[in-house]
Amino acid sequence: MKKNVTIKVNGADRRAAVEPRLLLVHFLREVAGLTGTHVGCETSLCGACTVLLDGRAVKSCTVLAVQADGRKVTTVEGLADGDKLHPIQEGFWEEHGLQCGFCTPGMIMCSHDLLEHHPNPSDSEIRAGINGNLCRCTGYQHIVAAVRNASKKMSKRATARAGAR
Amino acid sequence: MAKNGKASSNSKAAHWVGKKLKRKEDPRLIQGISHYTDDLKMAGMVYCVLVRSPHAHAEIKAIRTDAARALPGVVAVFTGEDTSAVGPVPCAMQMPDLKVPRHPVLGTGRVRYLGEPVAAIVAEDIYTASDAAELVEVDYEPLPVVTDMEKALSSDTAYVHDQFKSNQAFTHTLKGGDIETAFKKADKVVSQRMINQRLAPIAMEPRAVLAEYLPGENRLTVWSSTQIPHLLKTQISVMVGLPETAVRVITPEVGGGFGSKLNVYGEEGIVPWLSMKLSRPVKWNEGRRENFLATIHGRDTINDVELALKKDGTILGLRARILADLGAYHQLLTPLIPQLTALMHAGCYKIPAIRIDIVGVFTNKMSTDAYRGAGRPEATYNVERIMDIGAHELGMDPVAFRQKNLPQPKEFPFTTITGLTYDSAKYQEALNKALKLAGYDALRKRQKAGLKNGKYYGVGVSTYVEICAIGPSAATPAGGWESGTVRIEPTGKVTLLTGASPHGQGEETTFAQLIADELGIDPGDVNVIHGDTLAVPYGIGTFGSRGTAVGGTAAFMATQKLKAKMSALAAHLLGCKAADITIGRGRLSAKGGKKSISFGELVMAAYTAHSIPAGFEPGLEATHFFEPPNFTFPFGTHIASVEVDAETGEVKIDKYVGVDDCGNVINPLIVDGQIHGGIAQGMGQAMWEELIYNEDGQLITGSFMDYVIPKAHFFPEFTLDRTVTPSPVNPMGVKGVGEAGTIASTPCMVNAVCDALSSLGVRHIDMPLKPERVWKAITSAQSGGMEPLPPELSSRAKRNSSEKASKSSTRRRP
Repeated sequence: MKKNVTIKVNGADRRAAVEPRLLLVHFLREVAGLTGTHVGCETSLCGACTVLLDGRAVKSCTVLAVQADGRKVTTVEGLADGDKLHPIQEGFWEEHGLQCGFCTPGMIMCSHDLLEHHPNPSDSEIRAGINGNLCRCTGYQHIVAAVRNASKKMSKRATARAGAR
Repeated sequence: MAKNGKASSNSKAAHWVGKKLKRKEDPRLIQGISHYTDDLKMAGMVYCVLVRSPHAHAEIKAIRTDAARALPGVVAVFTGEDTSAVGPVPCAMQMPDLKVPRHPVLGTGRVRYLGEPVAAIVAEDIYTASDAAELVEVDYEPLPVVTDMEKALSSDTAYVHDQFKSNQAFTHTLKGGDIETAFKKADKVVSQRMINQRLAPIAMEPRAVLAEYLPGENRLTVWSSTQIPHLLKTQISVMVGLPETAVRVITPEVGGGFGSKLNVYGEEGIVPWLSMKLSRPVKWNEGRRENFLATIHGRDTINDVELALKKDGTILGLRARILADLGAYHQLLTPLIPQLTALMHAGCYKIPAIRIDIVGVFTNKMSTDAYRGAGRPEATYNVERIMDIGAHELGMDPVAFRQKNLPQPKEFPFTTITGLTYDSAKYQEALNKALKLAGYDALRKRQKAGLKNGKYYGVGVSTYVEICAIGPSAATPAGGWESGTVRIEPTGKVTLLTGASPHGQGEETTFAQLIADELGIDPGDVNVIHGDTLAVPYGIGTFGSRGTAVGGTAAFMATQKLKAKMSALAAHLLGCKAADITIGRGRLSAKGGKKSISFGELVMAAYTAHSIPAGFEPGLEATHFFEPPNFTFPFGTHIASVEVDAETGEVKIDKYVGVDDCGNVINPLIVDGQIHGGIAQGMGQAMWEELIYNEDGQLITGSFMDYVIPKAHFFPEFTLDRTVTPSPVNPMGVKGVGEAGTIASTPCMVNAVCDALSSLGVRHIDMPLKPERVWKAITSAQSGGMEPLPPELSSRAKRNSSEKASKSSTRRRP
């Protein structure tokens, strides 16, 4: 019954024989041992389990591991470059965009998708962009500030890179 | 990184208290490399899934577990009969005449609420455990269900607990002053029935418990997502029958609590017992559906509130009769919560007579207990709503009405007629600041002008006071103190062990800031340890806006003891008097500043103990158990501006201003975050959230599809400011801030919407103010108080009544 899958998680191939019903989030947490991706509702409504699947944000509680076979997954653990935090992570830290931290990995991955496609979102675009992710601690205001902060940093760095070329 | 507030190594000019330091907690959380309970995995670990009742009230006739047991991978299946030696689930409240039913960890013989667990499955993996749960067959004989509080008290009701021959769990009366005379003398009496609906706390991390019992050592370690590790340790030892010294509770990261984890749950008895029974580590993780069903709920009261007034707006008295739905069993603090509601009915006003009568009622629902604010939001809601209704009926502006009844700053400490002593406040200052920030006069002008154009703008004001820093032990069921141990390690790094176990409040940062200032060191050198009962001296926990005001003070006081000890040693080494030593900037200096010793040298001297004064105990560690002499009473004013679409009932929130006073502020960034989150939850209650049980006791809003947790785009940007009135109750002058936003914002929003619709004859709308409900209130007011048609006829009703409404609003236009 089990099916062999190979999923590239944060750049490294993870191979396992899995039940077809195994959720991607459980593959990440139980098979790959990456527990930064959280399970908050199992119904794709809270967004705590958001990861990037081939670069797009998905809720990994509603993706089967077998559907991710042969594809690339990025989790929150794969964002920082060694000791260097990703600008979105820096934004969340600097603007106090988290309290209990449980929704944070999903919120960060969702923001990653948002900024990838809308590098300079307005505040209301940020609010709309993260509307699939629930936070119960912050009232979202510092999260919006965190994404805004990250967007500025990323634009500045992109400009600098373009200038260097 | 340094410019963003990370501690720099040079703390010369540093005064860390008051700085927006980035949190020490965050690096591990933003990288997903920290661990919540469900992230933990142990060798040989098995998984527990609970089978829960699909009935709200039923006799259990039989449970067949053979098929579940036979499934490959299933380790064991237990029912209530097997676990009869475990528990019961504890209630900390003791009061005369309180009916306390036995609360088994697994329902036995009878189930009394939807989702009550009846069997525990243990399997090698979570998928198998879930499969096995499906194979457990339970024969239930449904019984009459009690869901309506008022019917529950009538003569022809079924009983939740037959042995009591009543569903009344307790009554409680709080009174002060001559209430009869106040109402007799009144020029005007206003009254209103208000429903404070049932809510789900919804921490984003559901509950989780992992237990590992080592039979050889007779040692049980329990990891649990809790706000109260020490109290839980004590209760687990009682539930499973181990000496308390054999039990260790660890709280790894806790993903929010909001009061829902200020509790001891049946699962915290079952899972350790399973581990003892099976000699294997056992983990249970609550699914979200279970979280809705079987984690405590909040609020759920019916309030009949009356206010006695003089014509000029002076309040003479306030009276309320409150029914509180307790659910089927008492959880840890269930009966306490409505009593906290009674306590705060003086609000921030001079009210010479108060009488509050409370009846606690059993129903076939999940228990209610502490949810952010825990009884006080209900009080503030009653008070702030009835103030608005009173002002409106007297034809006064709600702000002028409030101003008339606020005590002046010179009247503090201010004792209410029911006996609370408010520590310090300048209510007028916060109110005036909020009025200015909101542009109150302009909002009123816009409102007036709007009416001419068929626009319904409303302004809501809520001047609140809350009771925090819980609390003096005499006023709490399980002790209201907190512990702090400060240890300066030989290398000069500082460890703080705090009993105030946090779950998102940033205490690792806040407490490091206050200790760093006291010792003249860098906050980066202070490591705050919490949530491990083996490492940390007994403590109480984080709830009731007490973390900093009580737990922080314990840390502060322990630091003072260390400073005295360090000064004595420095004086000995420098040849001066201890009183002449100052500590700061990494040094201990004698008066005049000529002789000094570095912090590091002094610390090392305390450990090498080569030259110490007579009677000096080597080492540098001090513990303080801080007993607060009083509660603290933070306060403030919140103002909301809304526009209501009278045709659809939709509410647009266009401005929200909060001016809060939580005393001295240690980390402004963290304080703002607490207020934002509080406002969002309070607004959530006012506008969207509602747990609805139908008459069969089925929870029909038990998922994120049906229970509306507000999302980012629901909110406007909140505008915050503060006033600072230090509390005299603790040496740091802090008051607490965790619940302020939740307490202030709920009545503020409802006041705003009712204000917008007052010209249409709407006096009060019960929460949540969903468009349908607002529209019905408008329709009902327009048709002279007639009940609107049932929802299934709503489209036809809407057509008819919007015609009527438009006619009638035309009539009303000046």
